[in-house]
Amino acid sequence: MIVSIAFLLGQTLMYASPLIFTSLGGTVSENSGVVNIGLEGMMVVGAFTAAAVGYFSGNAWVGLFAAGVAAGCFGLLHAVACVTFNADHVVSGIAINFLGPGISYFVSRLLFDGATQTRSLGLDNKIPRPLNGVFASNSVPDLLLNRYATAYLAVVAVAAVWFVLYRTRLGLRIRAVGEHPEAADTLGVDVKLVRYVSVVASGFFAGLGGGTLSIAIISQFRPGLISGQGFIALAAVIFGKWRPQGAFAACLLFGFAQALVVFLGLRTDALPTQIMSMLPYALTLVVLVGFVGRSAAPRAIGRPFGAGETT
Amino acid sequence: MRNISVVAIVLVAIITIAGCQRSDDAGQADGSQPIAIAMVTDVGGVNDQSFNQSAWEGMQMSRDQLGVRISYAESGQGSDYGPNLETMYDAGNELIWGIGFLMADAIRTAAVSNPSQKYAIIDFAWQDTPNNLLGVVFQAEQPSFLVGYIAGKMTESGIVGFVGGISGDVIDQFDYGFHAGVAYANPSARVLRQYADSFTDAARGKSIASQMFLEGADIVFAAAGSVGDGVIEAAKEQGRWAIGVDRDQNYLAPEHVLTSAMKRVDMAIFNVAEGLVDGEWPGGTTKVLGLVDGAVGIAPSSDKHVPTALLAEVRELEQQIIAGSVRVPFNRATFADYGYGN
Repeated sequence: MIVSIAFLLGQTLMYASPLIFTSLGGTVSENSGVVNIGLEGMMVVGAFTAAAVGYFSGNAWVGLFAAGVAAGCFGLLHAVACVTFNADHVVSGIAINFLGPGISYFVSRLLFDGATQTRSLGLDNKIPRPLNGVFASNSVPDLLLNRYATAYLAVVAVAAVWFVLYRTRLGLRIRAVGEHPEAADTLGVDVKLVRYVSVVASGFFAGLGGGTLSIAIISQFRPGLISGQGFIALAAVIFGKWRPQGAFAACLLFGFAQALVVFLGLRTDALPTQIMSMLPYALTLVVLVGFVGRSAAPRAIGRPFGAGETT
Repeated sequence: MRNISVVAIVLVAIITIAGCQRSDDAGQADGSQPIAIAMVTDVGGVNDQSFNQSAWEGMQMSRDQLGVRISYAESGQGSDYGPNLETMYDAGNELIWGIGFLMADAIRTAAVSNPSQKYAIIDFAWQDTPNNLLGVVFQAEQPSFLVGYIAGKMTESGIVGFVGGISGDVIDQFDYGFHAGVAYANPSARVLRQYADSFTDAARGKSIASQMFLEGADIVFAAAGSVGDGVIEAAKEQGRWAIGVDRDQNYLAPEHVLTSAMKRVDMAIFNVAEGLVDGEWPGGTTKVLGLVDGAVGIAPSSDKHVPTALLAEVRELEQQIIAGSVRVPFNRATFADYGYGN
């Protein structure tokens, strides 16, 4: 029994870690007032870049970092559209959701002999598991804690983002430009710069999220690897009321739903697997509609800001 | 600003649509046009380490040995089948393959609307196949039975696992063949069974297999396309055995893939191409390939980990299956009929 629970929680962590990174990205971006529904596309870019760079360099860490940088470039694109050119955030985000996979498949075809699947990194070259072998195989601590390094990194990142947002000057500025950019501007904050930094950072995090999926959880990129995780991460941002710790909890919940599908799948024939597979998505819906209640978004979210103009 | 949006949208459209296809030309020395054969993958893609990859290897073999011109199109999702088949039709191919039963409806529709174009599909059979369409199906229950037999003999815990992709006639062959093989070898062994409801979700496969290992299974067989990659990964992490599918998957984790239930899609594709070059075209029929044709079987790498004595038993079993003295079930009904319980 206790072993089953440990298994469930361990799998929850595994499924949640890509979501956690990505939702942190969403949290940062949205707190600065820029809606980022392009997280999904940025995750695809990250997942592909991690797998491709990891494959050619033979080093998963290089791959993961490259994933952050590549997706960060898409963040930059989003920032250029939304912050400099005052484009509609949702439209730009949708464009990125098309552009990200498009470019990833295109480059993949160039590099991998015409295939949209990258070649496998090899099971020994993936992101390592630092605690592998410390505990007895399949004991409770092993099931819980023998995770890929990215899972720990995700938890550390939550704390780091929380610290930056609520305990540093930069964080205060990010939140200020999200709540009331005009006031921040009057006080001498460079609104556009702060938003640029936030949106690029959100791309970086989404890239880490995608990379976590492609080179820690599995070992290659393929179309369909990212199928909705970016949107679920976005839902987690809202469910978590735009706070990193809230988003973290929401991601754990969604990860738990994924783990539950596997857990119940072996134990019951009562529900068809197709219905079971809907569980995480259905949960997203139910949670968003039923439990979030009134959550206050940053007030200036989605609103363009032209410094010096009256709005 | 508006101009920028227009340019951006056009750019997005171009990049999204661009390059859905790839071809490999083999020049013909005498300058005559070589026969062109194309394939459209299902959602697996040509590097799926499994079914589609095997098909593409058959295509490459046809190119290298028969000098035909080959190309493929990958389908990212079900809605790509129709357009991909259409693209290949427009490209002027002699024969167009659809890989996998998921493409059955799409390829039949294409065959009916383009009666002069030759089509073929792997893993699907109709009662009334149009004359320009060829079905190729495999008796996948036979190699599954053999690997099940090996698993049943080699399990130390008495528990083995089966991970299926999306349940249906094709995966039923693997499922019931494997179950029967295990029961034939070791009536007291328990078989855990779970479906991933996907042919691509390797993470799900890994999770499912990890749980089976946790429940005490020591050998897990996956018939689930790329989901099996995750199963093999789990076996490696846990130091247990996985059994591969479709191709000899031992290279994915040499110390942890016990054997593989091979389904020689590559051979089927090569044979049809060979016939085509010689002017033979069995359109309107369904080819059934099994042990007798050498189109299914256990992987050559099996001798690395399976004891020689057991391999000899498997060879004998193969002969008995071919002779019909051992009957292998391929679905729930035959499983019960042949006396393996229900």
